[in-house]
Amino acid sequence: MEILVCVKQVPDTAENDIELAKGGRDIEREDLVYSVNEWDNYAVEAAIQLRDQVGGRVTVVTIGGEEADEVLRRQLAMGADGGLHVNDEALEGSDGLGLARVLEAVAQQGSYDLILTGAQADDGAGQVGGMLAALMDLPFAALVNHIEPSGAGALRIGREVAGGDQEISEMDLPCVLSIQTGINQPRYVGIRGIRKVASVEIPQLDAAALGLDAASLGAGAARLRRLDYFVPQSGPGARMLAGKPDQLAAQLVEILKAKGGIR
Amino acid sequence: MDNLFAYIMHREGAPHDSAAELLAAARQLAPQAAPVAILAGHGPELDAACQQAAALFPQVWKIGHPYLAQPNAEILRPLLARLVPQGALLLLAHEHFAMDLAPGLSVKLGAAYLPDAVAFTGIEGGRLKAVREEFAGLVSAHVSLDLSAGAVISLRPGAFKAGEAAPVQGQISDKSAADLDGGMPPARRRYIETVAAEAGEVDITKAEVLVSVGRGIQDQDNLELVFDLAKALGAEVSCSRPIVDAKWLPKPRQVGTSGKTVKPKVYLACGISGSSQHLGGLTGASCVIAINKHPKAPIFQRAEVGVVADIIQFLPVLTKAVRAAK
Ligand SMILES: Cc1cc2nc3c(=O)[nH]c(=O)nc-3n(C[C@H](O)[C@H](O)[C@H](O)COP(=O)(O)OP(=O)(O)OC[C@H]3O[C@@H](n4cnc5c(N)ncnc54)[C@H](O)[C@@H]3O)c2cc1C
Ligand SMILES: Nc1ncnc2c1ncn2[C@@H]1O[C@H](COP(=O)(O)O)[C@@H](O)[C@H]1O
Repeated sequence: MEILVCVKQVPDTAENDIELAKGGRDIEREDLVYSVNEWDNYAVEAAIQLRDQVGGRVTVVTIGGEEADEVLRRQLAMGADGGLHVNDEALEGSDGLGLARVLEAVAQQGSYDLILTGAQADDGAGQVGGMLAALMDLPFAALVNHIEPSGAGALRIGREVAGGDQEISEMDLPCVLSIQTGINQPRYVGIRGIRKVASVEIPQLDAAALGLDAASLGAGAARLRRLDYFVPQSGPGARMLAGKPDQLAAQLVEILKAKGGIR
Repeated sequence: MDNLFAYIMHREGAPHDSAAELLAAARQLAPQAAPVAILAGHGPELDAACQQAAALFPQVWKIGHPYLAQPNAEILRPLLARLVPQGALLLLAHEHFAMDLAPGLSVKLGAAYLPDAVAFTGIEGGRLKAVREEFAGLVSAHVSLDLSAGAVISLRPGAFKAGEAAPVQGQISDKSAADLDGGMPPARRRYIETVAAEAGEVDITKAEVLVSVGRGIQDQDNLELVFDLAKALGAEVSCSRPIVDAKWLPKPRQVGTSGKTVKPKVYLACGISGSSQHLGGLTGASCVIAINKHPKAPIFQRAEVGVVADIIQFLPVLTKAVRAAK
């Protein structure tokens, strides 16, 4: 099975304090720690497991600046067979549809049975996978938390629905799936593994190489534009307790008593 | 703007809670318009849900077919792409079904897509200005959406407050026959069954006090600190999703939109950032107390009381204080 997995490099929100920069036109990017989007890591693991089961190849693709090379190498170290890096300034400011168009062009250069994305990335949109499927006129399922081969040309999949129920379907290949966390346990990648793939050649692609018209890309073509970042002044928020740990604990005990929190 | 639609999910004959929120959002976009609710499904359950939706919306479109008895976005998407007119605005609630249906629907309609909006701030020059959250809720963004070719807009559940509108007597139009004449689209995704979430030994939905643990606990071995505190309080232990994904605790202990909705008197969130999906399970919690080492964690917006502390160090101190107070 030929599998394409779309991966994105994102600021690691567990490691970073996200601060506004340039009066809200961007976030402060200096010293930001980046990592692979959490959901994409599960998608790559799912692809690797499927390949190990039925044979084939796993290709990882990212659209991003030079430093996004890092996430591709990390996924190669996990066990992906090849990487593709789309890097073109003209793509800056693309909306979800713009990115999906680029990924469509990438997919058309190969012959993939299965395309995986993460369920969502750092801007919480959850849109690129579904758009890509629609552009390619392929069947799609979002929030997939189970995949197994089902005879020739089909997969049996589980989708997560409300309250953690699981919706089971059979799905024809080729198709696009967006992967939900928890579908597997992504394998650990150490520094050693990443060093091993340091010299692997990763083809660099730009809009021209993908046969895309630069005028239809990037901020100019985007129908959804970000105007600014801001920190909302939403309501009073929590009453924050102050003091040393012992004092904090003592205050909390009083509050817990009053609210019925100690039984 | 009279081309305003809302796709309404329903279950067991009743529209989803988000129906009234979608109506409120539609009214914000165009106070004078008569928004159309669209419901798809099959049989008496669909009829009942349409009846109820007609008490909210002036017009209801019913799409019925046995194939639609189970919500299947792959079947519904091409139907909606045929039914919804060019240039229309279609609202829906941003949850598991919208994530399946909406992005592709926007492409098929040739419309723009705005996912997971939390507020609208105005329409100007054919563009809608709205607010979204990014980076796990740590910052918000103003966005601008081009409405000229229509738009699909998904709304964060709970973000748009349902209004206090008097019931209306909406008109129900059956769109099933006419538009299904072309036959059902080929279902390249075939529904088999729904497996209900496992029940588990503890029922956190009945707990009066919950000590809830998130990724801030860092290591499976540290869970002991959480169970110690829960024992001292006489509470049950619940958790956020990453704890279940890592298999540190079983799924029935997960709070959130893909877990359980809980309604304790006290919810003590330890090392939980407060994502929208987690907070979606907390709608019934009376008093939320958050302990997080990051003073800007979004959970402090939802919480009544906040403590900035490292839970690894602080939980044992709190447990001791609770024991002493008993
Ligand atoms: C469709 C969908 C459904 C989902 N359903 C759910 C759901 O039902 N429930 C759910 O919880 N999530 C759900 N999620 C996932 C959700 O988006 C978040 O990823 C998740 O809630 C984050 O969990 P967390 O707060 O534990 O982890 P994080 O967001 O990583 O937050 C960890 C927090 O711990 C703090 N911290 C770190 N170390 C310490 C320390 N030593 N002491 C104190 N604080 C510390 C950090 O400051 C941070 O705020 C869903 C996602 C999707 C896309
Ligand atoms: N820049 C990108 N490069 C490659 N894949 C991406 C990119 N942006 C988004 N994706 C894919 O689309 C998924 C959903 O992202 P989003 O729609 O932005 O929430 C991600 O998990 C990735 O699989």
